[in-house]
Amino acid sequence: MSKIEVRNLFKIFGPESGKAMEKLKAGMTKDDLLQKFGHTVGIDDVSFEVEQGEIFVVMGLSGSGKSTLVRCLNRLIEPTAGEVFIDGEVVTGLSPDKLRAVRQKKMAMVFQRFALFPHRTILQNVAYGLEIQGVNKQTREEKAMEMLSTVGLKDWGAVYPDQLSGGMQQRVGLARALAVDPDILLMDEPFSALDPLIRKEMQEELMELQSNMQKTIIFITHDLDEALKLGDRIAIMKDGQIVQLGTPEEILTNPSTEYVANFVTDVDRSRVLKAENVMIRPRALVKASDGPRLALRKMKEEELSSIFVVGEGRTLRGIVFVDRALEAVEKKEKDLKNIIDEDIPVTSPDVTLLDLIPMAVTARVPIAVTDDKRKLLGIIVRVSVLAGLIAKGDENNDVSYTD
Amino acid sequence: MYRIPINEWADFAVMFLRTNFRPFFRWISGIIESFVGNFETLLIVIPILLFLVLVVALAWKFSGRGLALFTIVGVSLMLSMGLWEQTMRTLALILTATFISLLIGIPLGILASRSDLAWKILRPVLDLMQTMPIFVYLLPAVMFFGIGLVPAVIATIVFAAPPAIRLTNLGIRQVPQEVMEAASAFGSTPMQILTKVQLPLALPSIMAGVNQCIMLSLSMVVISAMIGAGGLGGVVYRAITRLEIGSGFEGGLGVVIIAIILDRITQSFGKETAERKQS
Repeated sequence: MSKIEVRNLFKIFGPESGKAMEKLKAGMTKDDLLQKFGHTVGIDDVSFEVEQGEIFVVMGLSGSGKSTLVRCLNRLIEPTAGEVFIDGEVVTGLSPDKLRAVRQKKMAMVFQRFALFPHRTILQNVAYGLEIQGVNKQTREEKAMEMLSTVGLKDWGAVYPDQLSGGMQQRVGLARALAVDPDILLMDEPFSALDPLIRKEMQEELMELQSNMQKTIIFITHDLDEALKLGDRIAIMKDGQIVQLGTPEEILTNPSTEYVANFVTDVDRSRVLKAENVMIRPRALVKASDGPRLALRKMKEEELSSIFVVGEGRTLRGIVFVDRALEAVEKKEKDLKNIIDEDIPVTSPDVTLLDLIPMAVTARVPIAVTDDKRKLLGIIVRVSVLAGLIAKGDENNDVSYTD
Repeated sequence: MYRIPINEWADFAVMFLRTNFRPFFRWISGIIESFVGNFETLLIVIPILLFLVLVVALAWKFSGRGLALFTIVGVSLMLSMGLWEQTMRTLALILTATFISLLIGIPLGILASRSDLAWKILRPVLDLMQTMPIFVYLLPAVMFFGIGLVPAVIATIVFAAPPAIRLTNLGIRQVPQEVMEAASAFGSTPMQILTKVQLPLALPSIMAGVNQCIMLSLSMVVISAMIGAGGLGGVVYRAITRLEIGSGFEGGLGVVIIAIILDRITQSFGKETAERKQS
């Protein structure tokens, strides 16, 4: 038995959706339905199954019906026709009471704009799901605290959502969903509103959490990279229909329609990916006023042969190599000022991978990515650029097959 | 052209209600009378010093030192003008009217926010209540309830309740869609959504409604005095009819002092929650 099964699901928006549904079944086209009858087809005959423990990604551009689809699963949006089963039990057609029970115990949702309750503290936000189930205060707050530590925010329980950054708010959103211990997580573009670096971090954390939890996850996104990274299977949606459903490999190597092929070619990585997409957080940094011993220790801990030096507000000062740091220790120098190497490759976040290639080939050290005020945003190691190149070659081949 | 006999209809309706619903009006009248009466007695019986301490404490807590000082000066001024009893009578009148307005207005506002149909019906009624010249319904009020405090309270409610309804409705409707979805997605009952999400988030707006309600009640005190409600309005009304400009000014000043104190206290209460919501 599948964890989730969706059978012939339809959603038509408009005042007389029932009638519109009959017309659609009688063969009226979607355009006619909109123009002559004023009804929009949001979901058009969608069927799929999701297995326990799977990350099922629904990908599509805005307006493709993916957010509507996920809301039909917990009936935040009422489907016009079709059935949704969870653990073999039909959800469509449940009475309000029973539907609430399913929402409370079986599935929890994470939202694109976080949707935290602004008038509640972080702890109260995370405890909300348990609170409405009537769990007593001590138990629910203990559970909430546990979830906050899971997402790395255990010291933030007493503050309000508006005091947190976007990334932290979404961690709270995730903790709030996990606190009710649901079987199913519905995630509606949860990382789309976050900065690229934070997004990447959150994706990795989700993968890590998932490897411990084995939840069934429905993950909505418009970002192919995200879909490929997270999805066990991916459903690609267009105009309310699923145009292809398969594993990431299947979709990349064998796009079933031109629409999917276009999606995949769009990922000409070297042109599309920018420095900010492949940069990573430097594992360690030192300040110019730090002593050479500290620099050495940090390099040793992270197994680096060089370390970036930053000043006030993370402005980039240069790099220090391990041999020069050793010399400085022998000369008993107090700080790093004399041994900073300022002649290093630097780029800005919006340079494409294609333009980075020459620099990456010659560089002896990671490329530093800085903004126009020379603030260090991240670093790019040579491997990232090369990985991008390889991916580019692959996809070009794929597309030429279908041509 | 055919004349629609609105005139006759209205006359008939008033006469009909007056003859057939007398016990009902008596009943309402009794409730309001005892409410205002007890309230007034309470306010007058409380030692002035205790009253002053309470109000100053409220002013300090919700607004700050400035308003606390103003309250001391204002109340002393009222005492020195010899208007203490009138002030308490007016206070009893407007606080009763405000209380009943909120008792009716907040539930109606909640209803309006939950049902588009209810809001569609309510809106023109509120427009009517707010724009119909007061004297038009003041007279029927007197015919139903007799002269005195009761018709004054009723007329004040008609005039002051609409903003409480409107702002409650608005505040609830302004709760972001996604926050509502989140509450539903966790399986909240409609009552839980109302009490745990909608009302707390609508509180600044509801408090603005309370504030408006009090201010509009105050603007009615002189008109209320015309039908025998007395109080500070009575002082002003009597002074006007006798062309005693000075004593009219005294009464008016009393109204202004009450207005400022109540306005600042209720306003800062709304603000406190609003800042929490968005800062």
